[in-house]
Amino acid sequence: MVLHANDKTNVKAVFGKIGGQAEELGAETLERMFAAYPQTKTYFPHFDLAKGSAQVKGHGKKVAAALVEAANHVDDIAGALSKLSDLHAQKLRVDPVNFKLLGQCFLVVVASRHPALLTPEVHASLDKFLCAVGTVLTAKYR
Amino acid sequence: MVHWSAEEKQLIASVWGKVSVEECGAEALARLLIVYPWTQRFFSDFGNLSSPTAIIGNPKVRAHGKKVLTSFGEAIKNLDSIKDCFAQLSKLHCDKLHVDPENFRLLGDILIIVLAAHLTKDFSPACQATWQKLVGVVAHALAHKYH
Repeated sequence: MVLHANDKTNVKAVFGKIGGQAEELGAETLERMFAAYPQTKTYFPHFDLAKGSAQVKGHGKKVAAALVEAANHVDDIAGALSKLSDLHAQKLRVDPVNFKLLGQCFLVVVASRHPALLTPEVHASLDKFLCAVGTVLTAKYR
Repeated sequence: MVHWSAEEKQLIASVWGKVSVEECGAEALARLLIVYPWTQRFFSDFGNLSSPTAIIGNPKVRAHGKKVLTSFGEAIKNLDSIKDCFAQLSKLHCDKLHVDPENFRLLGDILIIVLAAHLTKDFSPACQATWQKLVGVVAHALAHKYH
């Protein structure tokens, strides 16, 4: 799955508009993921996952920051997320299937907060971008 | 048999009550064909699918989207017997249409995004969770008679 020029343009434009709310978007993405896909909670036994949890907010901020970083370096996502990729391979070892679930929830957050922004073309580009991020983060798993 | 709590049934009904089956169905199918272009393989007789604009404006896409979501409405009317409800459709998708069941999952996820865009803040995490469960159950039911 290759990001074409128009995809990169779309991704940069979206993050240009929502990057400022990254923290909130990240937190809501995680909240939705834990609600819709309870199995994802198994990676956070050490977290308080109640609504409004400071830990979820903090983690959401990290996740969103990584997406923003990837968007800012959309020509070299692998380079931009190299350390995160190492972390996921060596320490976190989140099953690859879960990146798709996070991606779905991120798209739902963008759709519900910025419906006008998520045109079908932008939706396609963002979906590809999220797939690419997931691919990078699992690239060194084996 | 799938169990639906009273809260889940309420969330399903309240979302469905706010949905234009024609609009959301058309949009969901169009987005499926745009976001996952390989799904166009099933619609070679639909005419012009050459661009997102063409797909969105394509009358066959709109009509078929409405048909698909209307059928989805049947599941909502028969939450306690979705597998039975879709038994015939499942056979059709396997034997005649030859559709990989993965496509049902893709369309389900796209439908959720369309609902989120239409309902905005009313599409709470609890709403999404219930509807992800529903689209999963529908996809499973449509794949159930495959052989």
